[in-house]
Amino acid sequence: MRAADALCEALKAEGVKHVFGIPGGASLPLYDALYDADFEHIQVRHEQAAGHAAEGYAKASGNVGVAFATSGPGATNLITAIADAHMDSVPTVFITGQVRTDLIGTDGFQEADVTGITMPIVKHSFLVTDPNQIPDYIHKAFHIAKTGRPGPVLVDIPQDLSKMEIDYEPITGPPKLPGYQPNTEGNIKQIRIAAKALANARRPVLYAGGGVVNAGAAEELRELAGSDRFPITCTLMGLGAFPAPHEQWLGMLGMHGTRTANYAMDEADLIVAIGARFDDRITGKLSEFAPRAKFVHIDIDPAEISKNVPAHIPIVGDVKKVLPKLTGEYRALAADGSRLDEWWRRIEGWREQYPLHYEDSSDQEIKPQLMVEEMYRVTGGDAIITSDVGQHQMWAAQYYHFSKPNRWLNSGGLGTMGFGLPAALGAQVAMPDQQVVCLAGDGSLIMVCQEFATAAAHDLPIKVFLMNNGHFGMVRQWQELFWDERYKSVAMGPSPDWVKLAEAFGWTGILCDRKDELAGTMQTALETDGPVLLDVRVSQNENCYPMIPSGAAARDMVG
Amino acid sequence: MAEPQAKELLDLDDLRAEGGLTGRRHLLSLLVENRPGVLARIAGLFSRRGFNIDTLAVGPTEDPDISRVTLTVDGAVHPIDQVTKQLHKLVNVLKIRDMDPGTAVAREMALFRINAAADNRAEIIEFTQIFRAHIVDVSRRSITVEVTGTTEKIDSFERMVRPHGLIEMARTGEVAIARARPEN
Repeated sequence: MRAADALCEALKAEGVKHVFGIPGGASLPLYDALYDADFEHIQVRHEQAAGHAAEGYAKASGNVGVAFATSGPGATNLITAIADAHMDSVPTVFITGQVRTDLIGTDGFQEADVTGITMPIVKHSFLVTDPNQIPDYIHKAFHIAKTGRPGPVLVDIPQDLSKMEIDYEPITGPPKLPGYQPNTEGNIKQIRIAAKALANARRPVLYAGGGVVNAGAAEELRELAGSDRFPITCTLMGLGAFPAPHEQWLGMLGMHGTRTANYAMDEADLIVAIGARFDDRITGKLSEFAPRAKFVHIDIDPAEISKNVPAHIPIVGDVKKVLPKLTGEYRALAADGSRLDEWWRRIEGWREQYPLHYEDSSDQEIKPQLMVEEMYRVTGGDAIITSDVGQHQMWAAQYYHFSKPNRWLNSGGLGTMGFGLPAALGAQVAMPDQQVVCLAGDGSLIMVCQEFATAAAHDLPIKVFLMNNGHFGMVRQWQELFWDERYKSVAMGPSPDWVKLAEAFGWTGILCDRKDELAGTMQTALETDGPVLLDVRVSQNENCYPMIPSGAAARDMVG
Repeated sequence: MAEPQAKELLDLDDLRAEGGLTGRRHLLSLLVENRPGVLARIAGLFSRRGFNIDTLAVGPTEDPDISRVTLTVDGAVHPIDQVTKQLHKLVNVLKIRDMDPGTAVAREMALFRINAAADNRAEIIEFTQIFRAHIVDVSRRSITVEVTGTTEKIDSFERMVRPHGLIEMARTGEVAIARARPEN
């Protein structure tokens, strides 16, 4: 069998239904094989979008997302998406064409050392040197991408090798990877100590991150939280892992989290970190982070434990397996729940004193926070929401009360503007029956607006709600607050006519610039067949609050 | 599910955090798959995470598919736990041992080219004998000496000959192997 066909067989064996990509010289054999493949290839308009679409596909469905690109510039265009998938632990496989083996190292046409360039931003990578390796590497790539802490794996295939004939036999059983043995169970002795610590804590907080979503452990998390009245907060990546409307929910924590969540972390005596990694956007000034707390840290990646914050009770394991054990051990202790009463009184006090709030306009001006609240209402809180990066992302995190996992797809670690639209394409391909809404920023959307063509060509009925404030809003906010209002290169100037632009790509375009039309236009957008862009003109100078200024401590939140 | 003794009290104040700096030099012995790019992955990891490698030695093992990488890292500057955990994440790294100086044999080899004119030649030869080193090359003006031993021994040889004019020095970095367990 031709090696490129064996690659498709291997992908099929891995359950692949869709791949995203753009062809090119070095990947011609691969695309010739795709001609006959049993899965669908979604042709995007820029390789970066192929990568983000694969991420959106993976985040929405939990299955591995796959992107194809050719050598050189095709592959380098994937870099941002690979780095993004690495930071947010997204199970993805990137398959790149490489120049012929006799050209490698000669600076051949469209040659780039892609395995070298991506080394710091992949979970693992394979450079094929023998065509017989191709199916084996594909299976290994999928295994590594989706097990342990998920992440991106790259397979780089020289053009000549993919054309060669090989003896292909379907591979069964787990691949042989002696240096890769993720520890999933969690040490039961450590789990018992953690249960005892919880039983003795008077001011505990559960702090859950994206690892809970990745592990599919939302139910297990709810069980733990429900084993007593434990206050719980989620990171940006963890939103949806615990239902936001729940009474034990403190809101998101971190730089734009609620005061309640951040103050609770600040005063906690025990913090149980669950699939979370103490990012600087969470801790603020590290030396003043949660100064009174002891830490239980549960993570599948041992290197995350004690990386930023030293753990007192480290537990390496899959949270889906560890949490039920911890819940069982805790319940067996029959701890007196009333010890938490005082802590809850303190928390309720913050809740009352510092709810999330904004001042609505008295006229027809649309406040961005109101736009998110309206989105929440018209979608019934049940849509898959993708976002770009910036103010709108934070407002979505604050005001769209996610109650299920895998509904909030955004770029947290890398903070990639332009993530939302391609991620929405991927999510819609993965979940054709779900309502997929991209909450876009105008600064971000224009970076990837060529992908309107992809949605039109593949008939993907995504809805883009553009929060159009005419600025790189978050940068504008920082220049206002921390750089003496010396605004530089943050106004978008003569932005395109978004409605016309959408229509040019075969979309429906709708403009909304009055508050009293907001709900109606959103409803129309959702009910219109095919892809729709709703250009919502919001206040230009609204700031996102509350906020922990960069490098400050949680208790010094402003706004 | 839980054992009865699990009910005993645990005071949060008694909990101690793990990790931190050890304050000493660590000799890490890694078994890695013998494949292209493995050393680049290890070196890349150190530079990306901001760890310094003090010495590094790479060579084959008794198994042609496996290479040994021996490296030394300063545990006073870098949390050694974090270094080894990050190394473990590399799929090509099979095994890591933080070699305990008490239970491992570690050796380094060095070549010194030393200024050796007629007036100090005898002294250089004397040092060579004291250190059980070997003269491997000689010319009218210089002597080249091969020294093998612990890092400390090589350091002190260097201190002895430096005043005489050390022209050039090349060191391999340490390699190490665990001592056999005493047989009962």
